[in-house]
Amino acid sequence: MDIIPQILVSGIAAGGVYGLIALGFVLIYKATSVLNLATGEFMTLGAFVCLTVLIELSAPFGIALLVTIVFAACLGALTEKIILRPLIGEPIISVIMVTIGLASVLKGLTHMFWTSQFKSFPPVFPPQPLDLGFAIVPSGLLWGFIFAVICTVIFTIIFRYTRIGLAMRATASHQQAALSMGISVKRIFAISWSFAAITAALGGIIIGNISGVSIHLGGIGLKVLSVIILGGLDSIIGAIIGGFIIGILENFAGVYLDSFFGGGVKEVAPFVILVLILMIRPYGIFGKPLIERV
Amino acid sequence: MRCGDLKESYLEDEKIFQSLFVKICLGIFFVVLLIVPFVAGPYVLYIMNLIGFSIIAAVGLNLLTGFTGQISLGHAAFVGVGGYTTAILVTRLGFPFWVALPCAGFVSAGMGLIIGIPSLRVKGLYLCIATLAAQFILEFVFVHWESMTKGIRGINVPPPRIGSFEFNTEKSYYFITFILVILVVGFARNLVRTKWGRAFLAIRDRDLSAEIIGINLFRYKLAAFAISSFFAGIAGGLWVGFIKVVTPEHFPFSLSIQYLAMVIVGGMGSILGSIFGAIFMTLTPELLNMLVGSSKEMFPGLDQFFIPLKDIIFGGLIVGFLVFEPHGLAEIWHRIKTFFTLWPFSY
Repeated sequence: MDIIPQILVSGIAAGGVYGLIALGFVLIYKATSVLNLATGEFMTLGAFVCLTVLIELSAPFGIALLVTIVFAACLGALTEKIILRPLIGEPIISVIMVTIGLASVLKGLTHMFWTSQFKSFPPVFPPQPLDLGFAIVPSGLLWGFIFAVICTVIFTIIFRYTRIGLAMRATASHQQAALSMGISVKRIFAISWSFAAITAALGGIIIGNISGVSIHLGGIGLKVLSVIILGGLDSIIGAIIGGFIIGILENFAGVYLDSFFGGGVKEVAPFVILVLILMIRPYGIFGKPLIERV
Repeated sequence: MRCGDLKESYLEDEKIFQSLFVKICLGIFFVVLLIVPFVAGPYVLYIMNLIGFSIIAAVGLNLLTGFTGQISLGHAAFVGVGGYTTAILVTRLGFPFWVALPCAGFVSAGMGLIIGIPSLRVKGLYLCIATLAAQFILEFVFVHWESMTKGIRGINVPPPRIGSFEFNTEKSYYFITFILVILVVGFARNLVRTKWGRAFLAIRDRDLSAEIIGINLFRYKLAAFAISSFFAGIAGGLWVGFIKVVTPEHFPFSLSIQYLAMVIVGGMGSILGSIFGAIFMTLTPELLNMLVGSSKEMFPGLDQFFIPLKDIIFGGLIVGFLVFEPHGLAEIWHRIKTFFTLWPFSY
């Protein structure tokens, strides 16, 4: 069997999840021009909540999922209300720093409640892998991918075809105009944060299903930064396509470059790509070229 | 008789030591600092050394983030570059520590220049992401450039020495740290009131206007990155000479956040603030440590809460200060001082 299709397939599967998480970044950025560096911790928290409901209450996966979604929505809205709102109008450094502080707090809390032990999900999806003929997709990756694509499609539909989505788009394009049209921008901020927290939690659950849950799961949240930079900070389609590109590149780098650098390339490759994009085309493939050059 | 603090020229206004009283207070403070090593135990001196390293690094970061407005999430990596350079120069090339330390500063500064280049093209969010990427890439290099850094096993470093005297105790090392902290703080404090410092402030407040009034952004932004990383490198080198070993685990992303926390808690754009911040953020975990240690009998199993508690408190401090006291401890200090200047007749 050829190795290249296999790498491609794994890359695409991973890319689906990246795209979903990147969607959360983009939603927040479009609505509030804030980059949420606590996304990774939202993921970890979501995965742990889902896991706890699954195991402790031995609830079916659907209910666990629902609980997680409600929890994430509340978490996102609360974060916006308590922490981000007082900082509206402050310099961008403060806003970034506050999300970093939030990440640290959430990480500590997660660590405290669930300890640093590694836990694995009970099998939720059927375990047999899918044989595509030219490549084999492990079950975790396959279902993770399907799940991620479904979530992404749902969010895209909400964003494109519902009233709330319309209000969100209006806010993103011009806050004051949206305000004068009777859209409650505050509410849209809160909803955007909720949506972003939900996408992060779902991403966390998928990754938790594939590779287990620990407090270090959130590291992927930072890796996804390269996806949104590649796709463009304010582009949903960019987030999805960027996810696939980074997923594929990362897997290729992991396979072909690991022997040169002694392992671990897969973890650092997205950051190298990130720096290259920033140097060549900082606004990404689909982003608006709005960067002031000074 | 003149009454009140009347300043008649900008030169007077820019003075570091505004009055005789301040000079006397500071003089007494320095004398106390010099007496401390002879009376304090090794643990206190160990903490004071750590505070010293933090002050150097935090002042460096404040020059970049607080004064020039260029956010950096990779400061720990620059500290790491300094640490590794010192270790490699001392162990491989047999440099004396005193030569290796400034070299570490310069290598770090060079690295800072490279990382700073994107700052000419991008800013704000993008720059923050670029420095974050630098942190992870440099961490990767520390771990995987085995031939140079010996990977996760780390490098053992001999303590610095003059002639046959080895600075291998907390007490003797304290004096090296003390002198370097004074040099760094003095340099930084003077830098920010020169043309360069004013250029940094102008860039922070509005880079486009700064360029229009004739400030060469290319030069000053890169200079800010270089100076900041130079200090980080010095802090790293000192630290490595102190703990006598360097491994990649000493410079994680969380350390970068810790330095930023120092700058924010202390007060962005204030040298005094970074000193406060460094002291505060170094003492907080130590106090927590003691608290956990002393309450061990009452609440067994509290140990496992310690690390998460540290994260929570660090994050909480960052969030709390940003939301409630954006100018940090320096501002609180300033308010206390003004209160007592006019006390008891506050109007």
